[in-house]
Amino acid sequence: MAASQHELEVTPTGTPLTVEAPGSLPPKGEPVAGKRARSEFVYFAFRNWKFVLGLSVVLVFVGLAIFGPMVTDHKPLEFSGPTDQSPSHEYWFGTTSFGQDVFTQFVFALRAAFLVGAVGGGIAWLLGAAIGFTAGYRSGWIDDLLNMLTNVVLVIPTLAILIIVAAYLNVHSYTTEAILIGLTSWPWAARAVRAQTFSLKTRDFVDIARLSGRRTTQIITTEIAPNMSSYLLMMFILLFGGAILIGASLDFLGLGPSTSVSLGLMMNSAYLSSALLLGSWWWFLPPGIGIIGIVGGFYVMNVGLDEIFNPKLREK
Amino acid sequence: MSLSVDDLTVYYQSLRGDVKAVDGATFEIADGEIMGLAGESGCGKSTLGKSLIRFDARMRYVRGGVELDGKELPVWDDARMNPFRFKQVSIIPQYALSALNPTRRIGKMAGELLESRGVHVDTVLPELRRRLKLVGLPQDILERFPIELSGGMKQRVVMVLSSLLDPSLLIADEVTSALDVSTQRAVAELLVEFRDRGFVKSMIVITHDLSVLYQVADSILVMYAGKLAEKASADTIVEDSRHPYTQLLLSSLPEVGVRYAERRLKGIPGRPPSLIDPPIGCRFKARCPFATDQCDEQPPFCPLEPGHDAACWKAA
Amino acid sequence: MLQLDTCSKSFRVGAFGTKELIAVRDVSFDVRPGEVVSLIGESGSGKSTIGKMILRLLRTTGGAITYEGTDISTLGGRKLKEYYGDVQGVFQDPFSSYNPIFKASRVFTMLRSEYFSGLSSSEWRTKLDKAMEAVSLEPAEVLGQYPHQLSGGQLQRMLIARALLLDIRLLIADEIISMLDASTRIDVLNLLGELKSHGLGILFITHDLSLGNYISDETIILRRGTIVERGATTKVFDNPVHPYTKMLLASVPQLHTRWSDAAEELEGLVAAAGDGAMDGHVEVEARPLVQVEEDHFAANGAGR
Repeated sequence: MAASQHELEVTPTGTPLTVEAPGSLPPKGEPVAGKRARSEFVYFAFRNWKFVLGLSVVLVFVGLAIFGPMVTDHKPLEFSGPTDQSPSHEYWFGTTSFGQDVFTQFVFALRAAFLVGAVGGGIAWLLGAAIGFTAGYRSGWIDDLLNMLTNVVLVIPTLAILIIVAAYLNVHSYTTEAILIGLTSWPWAARAVRAQTFSLKTRDFVDIARLSGRRTTQIITTEIAPNMSSYLLMMFILLFGGAILIGASLDFLGLGPSTSVSLGLMMNSAYLSSALLLGSWWWFLPPGIGIIGIVGGFYVMNVGLDEIFNPKLREK
Repeated sequence: MSLSVDDLTVYYQSLRGDVKAVDGATFEIADGEIMGLAGESGCGKSTLGKSLIRFDARMRYVRGGVELDGKELPVWDDARMNPFRFKQVSIIPQYALSALNPTRRIGKMAGELLESRGVHVDTVLPELRRRLKLVGLPQDILERFPIELSGGMKQRVVMVLSSLLDPSLLIADEVTSALDVSTQRAVAELLVEFRDRGFVKSMIVITHDLSVLYQVADSILVMYAGKLAEKASADTIVEDSRHPYTQLLLSSLPEVGVRYAERRLKGIPGRPPSLIDPPIGCRFKARCPFATDQCDEQPPFCPLEPGHDAACWKAA
Repeated sequence: MLQLDTCSKSFRVGAFGTKELIAVRDVSFDVRPGEVVSLIGESGSGKSTIGKMILRLLRTTGGAITYEGTDISTLGGRKLKEYYGDVQGVFQDPFSSYNPIFKASRVFTMLRSEYFSGLSSSEWRTKLDKAMEAVSLEPAEVLGQYPHQLSGGQLQRMLIARALLLDIRLLIADEIISMLDASTRIDVLNLLGELKSHGLGILFITHDLSLGNYISDETIILRRGTIVERGATTKVFDNPVHPYTKMLLASVPQLHTRWSDAAEELEGLVAAAGDGAMDGHVEVEARPLVQVEEDHFAANGAGR
């Protein structure tokens, strides 16, 4: 996080030490440290191999998701060709045992995955942030109440609940699935945001903002959240990846929408059709790699971001 | 002579260049003398203290020699200093109060500390208990956790531990700064008592508070921006200082009995120079009311009278 | 102008909030217009808590604080904003008072958008320049810099300038110079003295008796949340009555007298001041103040 470069030497029992440190002050006439911070980020970002690697992998899949469906002339569920064919010139990823083009299925499934990630992750992020900020800033009974809520949702075995809900509701679209995922994966984010807010709240600049007549919501959005911007970004990335993973799990169990394709559903079909036994590796490998690639790519990117934002973790 | 320092120069490395924290320190401390090391933050006093025991890995020794009790102290070599630490030279570090592990009982922490220094706990335990009692700590102190102790009690525990093996030189780095005024007096007087009882031979007391030094130190060494400014007996410094910085500093200290309405005290305008790129010549010249062209040449730290050294052309 | 009447503040601590920590107990005093009152206490005395209660950053759990006759706990919304136009605070740690990711001048722009949105740019600029001049800061030097590029002294001055922008009548200065270097401390202190001569009332919270003595008209000595002695500064310092006050005065390191020269030994004073004067977490009950002489009151006797 953006931290003061001075050591704040406040000791627990009373008189703190002085904080003038003339040796470390940069020369006068350097007014744009903010701009410097941003370009500093770019400098460090692209030198961090984890970030670059993760980002590249994700971008490859994004590219496939955007351009893939434009390139293919088949439809994902269309029985277009011979069954169980290995990859060929016409069917780049081969065909399923129903004669569907695997490549087409794959790229459309990627779109679904990113949709679930964005909507599910986005909802979880908004909920987590809103609840976390409120609980952390307000304390008192609101904090206690929200804490209780968070703990309850945290402890519930989310996948089990989702399975039950999905089974009963007969989910028809990926958006619905995403909403369900979003509503159940926010607790850890709320907790983390709350903890950070707690510690930022004790800083004097929050008091100064109060003394300037600022209201609570304003203070949260203009003083506290910006201080946590890197954390909030990383949180979103994790929630995005997490949502995709949960979505794929649900789909694999056959509980997701069946009207269209997703990575999990592909794997489900492949499994049910004994693709492994039949040796149709082209059917189950792409979705598997897709899931691992996207989610793994996000996580690795996040580790890299952590190192970029936190100078202490950077390898010397 | 107990301690003899000759042209000790220590820098810190930073991204923007070497921070010339201590530049050419030369002084002596007699057997049984308590020397106060005073100055504002960033002047290098802490660095000087730590360099005598080579306590900080970020320091880069540049040149200079240190002799303790006639033997050379290898302050440039971390490994070779090891046998001297805690036994001949000991330090009470600056943040000792907050460095006590909150999950360890005092006795366990003391045991670990001693074992790490190669001292068997059982051999020193009776003496440890005796000294703890002597400084007024309760019988069960070794069984308590740090959180149960007040600042003054913690400081006393740390003082006893640091001086347990009767070192020749004890460096006390800002030991009174974080304490309430009443505890401050008790701890400062305790330092003198340690010397009087022979637990330590000589002491360097580092603080920014000149008035505390006047109370307990035999002599005072004033530093400014990495260089020695003045050294004399405590009485001489307070009553007959010659270096303009010392004089200005003394006249800016409010005392009980001096009121704004009656006598306006004045501060020293300006800020200390950057230590990465210090000015040529006397480092105080930018803020000194007596500066002349002659001050573009660094005045040597030399005796004005026996026992009174200063680095100023005007004082000579 | 400002009046505290048997104010108390207790916190709930411990697991599940089962224990109670009484930080301030039955404190009463007032600040008259243009007066500098020192609130002197060691750590744990509750002095900062009192400052925060006056600034409505904490709520009192007992008693009342009135400003110009109005109970400040009834203020809300617009009325609270008006209150902040009269009463402001500056805190101990200059680097914590600024949001590190924004420029330092943001503390001013915040005020502008809340209080002076009607002013034109040039009007605002004039106002700002005047406030900066009053604290002896060069606008070109500090506006446009980030907090970590400025010194503690400059930052504290900017906070005082910010308070002056509102044309306040009372400034709560909570240990504002204890984190500054000795050579800049006195300048900020002198600044406060100058502002007082222009009619500003100041509540000067500190642990340092010499600072309190230098600048204040009235002094209040706090001990573990209760007042043990108060009155005109000269009277309290020349003629301390309560043992705790005497102990504090005797413990202050002076530059021309040694502790060893003082009449009473430290231990005797500590004993007279009662249990837990040093190194203890003992709670102290509030004793009523008894008049010693005109404008000088002290609590009855020693600890136990």
